[in-house]
Amino acid sequence: MIHKSAAEMAKALTNGETSSVELTQLHLDRIAAVDGDVKAFLHVDTQGALDQARSVDERRKSGEKLSPLAGIPLALKDVLAQKDVPTTAGSKILQGWLPPYDSTVVSKLKDAGIVIMGKTNMDEFAMGSSTENSGYGPTFNPWDLTRTPGGSSGGSAAAVSSFEAPLAIGSDTGGSIRQPAALTGIVGVRPTYGAVSRFGLIAYSSSLDQAGPFGRTVLDTALLHEAMAGHDPKDATSINAPVPAVVHAAKSGDVKRMKIGVIKQLQGEGYQKGVQARFDESLQVLASLGAEIVEVDCPSFEYALAAYYLIAPSECSSNLARFDAMRYGLRVGDKDGASAEAVMSATRDAGFGREVKRRIILGTYALSSGYYDAYYGSAQKIRTLIIEDYAKAFAKADVLVSPTAPTTAYKIGEKVDDPMAMYLGDVATIPVNLAGICGMSLPAGLADEDNLPVGFQIMAPAMQDQRLYQAGAALEAALLTKWGAPILSQAPALKGA
Amino acid sequence: MALPTYDEVIAKWDPVLGLEVHVELNTKSKMFCSCATEFGAAPNTQTCPVCLALPGALPVVNEKAIESTILIGLALNCKIAPYSRFARKNYFYPDMPKNFQISQYDEPICFDGYVDVEIETDEGLKQFRIEVERVHMEEDTGKSLHVGGATGRIHGADYSLLDYNRAGIPLVEIVTKIVPGTGKYAPEVAKAYVAELRDILRGLKVSDVKMEQGSLRCDANVSLKPIGSDVLGTRSETKNVNSLRSVERAIRGEMIRHAELLNEGKKVKQETRHFQEDTGLTRSGRSKEQAEDYRYFPDPDLVPVTPATIWIEELRATLPERPSLRRKRIKEEWNVPDKEMAAMINADVLDIVEATVLLGADPTKARTWWLGEISRIANDQNIAITDLAITPKDVAELVALVASGELTDKLARQVVEGVIAGEGTPSEVVAQRGIKVVNDDGALMAAIEKVCAEQAETAEKVRGGHLPAAGALIGAVMKETKGQADAARVRKLLLGHLGQAN
Repeated sequence: MIHKSAAEMAKALTNGETSSVELTQLHLDRIAAVDGDVKAFLHVDTQGALDQARSVDERRKSGEKLSPLAGIPLALKDVLAQKDVPTTAGSKILQGWLPPYDSTVVSKLKDAGIVIMGKTNMDEFAMGSSTENSGYGPTFNPWDLTRTPGGSSGGSAAAVSSFEAPLAIGSDTGGSIRQPAALTGIVGVRPTYGAVSRFGLIAYSSSLDQAGPFGRTVLDTALLHEAMAGHDPKDATSINAPVPAVVHAAKSGDVKRMKIGVIKQLQGEGYQKGVQARFDESLQVLASLGAEIVEVDCPSFEYALAAYYLIAPSECSSNLARFDAMRYGLRVGDKDGASAEAVMSATRDAGFGREVKRRIILGTYALSSGYYDAYYGSAQKIRTLIIEDYAKAFAKADVLVSPTAPTTAYKIGEKVDDPMAMYLGDVATIPVNLAGICGMSLPAGLADEDNLPVGFQIMAPAMQDQRLYQAGAALEAALLTKWGAPILSQAPALKGA
Repeated sequence: MALPTYDEVIAKWDPVLGLEVHVELNTKSKMFCSCATEFGAAPNTQTCPVCLALPGALPVVNEKAIESTILIGLALNCKIAPYSRFARKNYFYPDMPKNFQISQYDEPICFDGYVDVEIETDEGLKQFRIEVERVHMEEDTGKSLHVGGATGRIHGADYSLLDYNRAGIPLVEIVTKIVPGTGKYAPEVAKAYVAELRDILRGLKVSDVKMEQGSLRCDANVSLKPIGSDVLGTRSETKNVNSLRSVERAIRGEMIRHAELLNEGKKVKQETRHFQEDTGLTRSGRSKEQAEDYRYFPDPDLVPVTPATIWIEELRATLPERPSLRRKRIKEEWNVPDKEMAAMINADVLDIVEATVLLGADPTKARTWWLGEISRIANDQNIAITDLAITPKDVAELVALVASGELTDKLARQVVEGVIAGEGTPSEVVAQRGIKVVNDDGALMAAIEKVCAEQAETAEKVRGGHLPAAGALIGAVMKETKGQADAARVRKLLLGHLGQAN
């Protein structure tokens, strides 16, 4: 049962073949069996999950009409506040904090009857691309436990790819959903900025952050997308418009006469050979399905990484100022006679990890008087240029495509001391965030040289998220036919399973 | 060296002012969340994830606060920006939950306005124009209470308590351009400006404008330059001056302090100073010589403020009468002499007098009551006139009772005392205290006859045509009637009785 898709599980629930309690227990058992090796979860809320499952079962028994994913278990990235459940954003500075409120995403999941099993590991405050920056140790890639699952939503991606959960929520500030989806062989979507409420999402970079769904199929991901998206008056940047018909698009996957733009700047040099090969192959598949492949030029993408590493740290330097030991979280150095300032300083020194400190310092510098125009100001101008590049490209194509990440999953520790090498891994995902548009990564097969999953990225204009699902579902179906079985069936079995 | 006198200061130095006024808006909810804003609630009871800056919480702008700010801008003759943004002002302080304050930086919502004020000068009433540079929105911080230590300041305190009820209350900051050319009237001009602002804001009903509760706070920047010089001196900024009188005192005090330093060849330090209500002096606060770097940047959690022109014009159409114009109208309509007008403004009774007049009282009578007897009682009790238990309705009734002859002025004063003492409305006080003008001629005649019999000699003098002697008899009759008789009536009846009616 746990190897089925969420849509199939939902059908089994509706048919009475299984119950939510049973389904949840199966997944909790799976977590107990394999998570000692994968370490996808920071906190498993066994009791809360079973209580929720029981309540859904009762509602179903009483004949209540439930939403499509009611009773399906899910893994939640620890960046989202959940009432009375430990929420740390992967940071020691929030160890032990119990939110007194639910994030809007959590409220929507609960309303939909989706069972939240626990909180997944992540790079501290979502700063990182390998989940190695977590204050609680790394998560391991179920395909090869010596490798990273990507990040920052590595815990959520690993949970779904190791069948610990059929669905998961991540957040994507520079690729943190799409890149781990690619590295673990699953589907991940970063919706249009403003499509999913950020209320209760612990902010890294407010203008780039966006929560989104993980699933093992395009349809599952669409079902979760629909459940979590929608306007929220508690988030000023939330889009006040109907959620695009993503489920409909996923069910009717079709690329006939669709114009698909290949971004010149996001392929070739710097991309692993096996990654490029799977990408090219997928393009051919799309062409064979009737899509028209065109090449588009996005010259400003060259500066995207630099702009991102000024904007995100600048915003985080301010967003993370609230962690000061005064009201919640860790408190260090609170001895007799210690001033508030000394306690703040000692707490932040002890509570934040190296990468977080690095970005706070970088951002503080970039916003300083005298440097603002040269750094933050210039980065915002690049952002405008990237938006213009996309606008021109979308005039020629309905969707744009690229490999999701330049490489397959790398070894734990391989890039940890070389932040620049790690940052380069996000070169293909970051432009989407800077422009506020939407993007999907779905499996394109395994790289020949290492037998590790390769991600295929699809990008669509803001508020046209359905195009991702329309193209993604078509490619997924064609590849499945070609492979004969889902890509995850090729993943090695985990111990204890 | 002794402190220079104020006259010595202004003989040599020319003051330049700059005023920053913070106004707490009276919106029901906070600037960026739905918490209540009521003053005086138990600490930390008006808080939520947003104003406590819990992880994940996001601000959403209170539209009413934007409306109030635009109204203020319009009332201060400002331009309203079609596009403005909120910015984050980053600095660490425990009473600021996010460790940044949401404010406006280089894109304020209102800019380029002015306020005209009139003050009494040696040459008569003179108008000064205070130019307003900007009006912007921001959120208030929480409050720190430093416990232990002698001064209530953080230095030397044992510990500090934090109350976040105030955190996130909408504030509007009104910043003037530098105000030169006020000369020796600088303190009065500043006071008049703050008073005018307060009246404008009160008229707009956007704030409680209670300086003593901190809903209107003034920071006064003062510098001195030698008379005739174009070079600005170093300024000091005196914080949180919390009464109109203190505005005047603080500026006068700072002018004297600066002059003393400059006369001795010393430098004025650019710093924040705190006004001491008891001494009228300021003490040194934070040094501002090294400008703090607040790392302002547009708040990415909020969207730009883009008020529609049509909305702005709708708001403009609702603006109440400008206080200065109102004063002019009132002065003319009621025919008030300059000095009396100034007295009413000074005593802050214009609203209450107007309310009394609107209830039908004669303007001169209404003014005389409020400015005279009632002000005297307020002063004696050392409370604000508006806090006395007497209302415009009571005074209007009182004026009517006097006009109809049911009370004399003298009796009416007793009634005022009764109303203020909480004995009820004027009619109720009259009834309970049995106060009554004796206008029953029969009763008066009986008293007159009694007095004339007792003082037959004097009565004879009057009867003989020596009218000045009547005074003693009238006095005695008044005494006989316990002061409740109308003296003019007594005189008429008495003279008639003694054959001297004309």
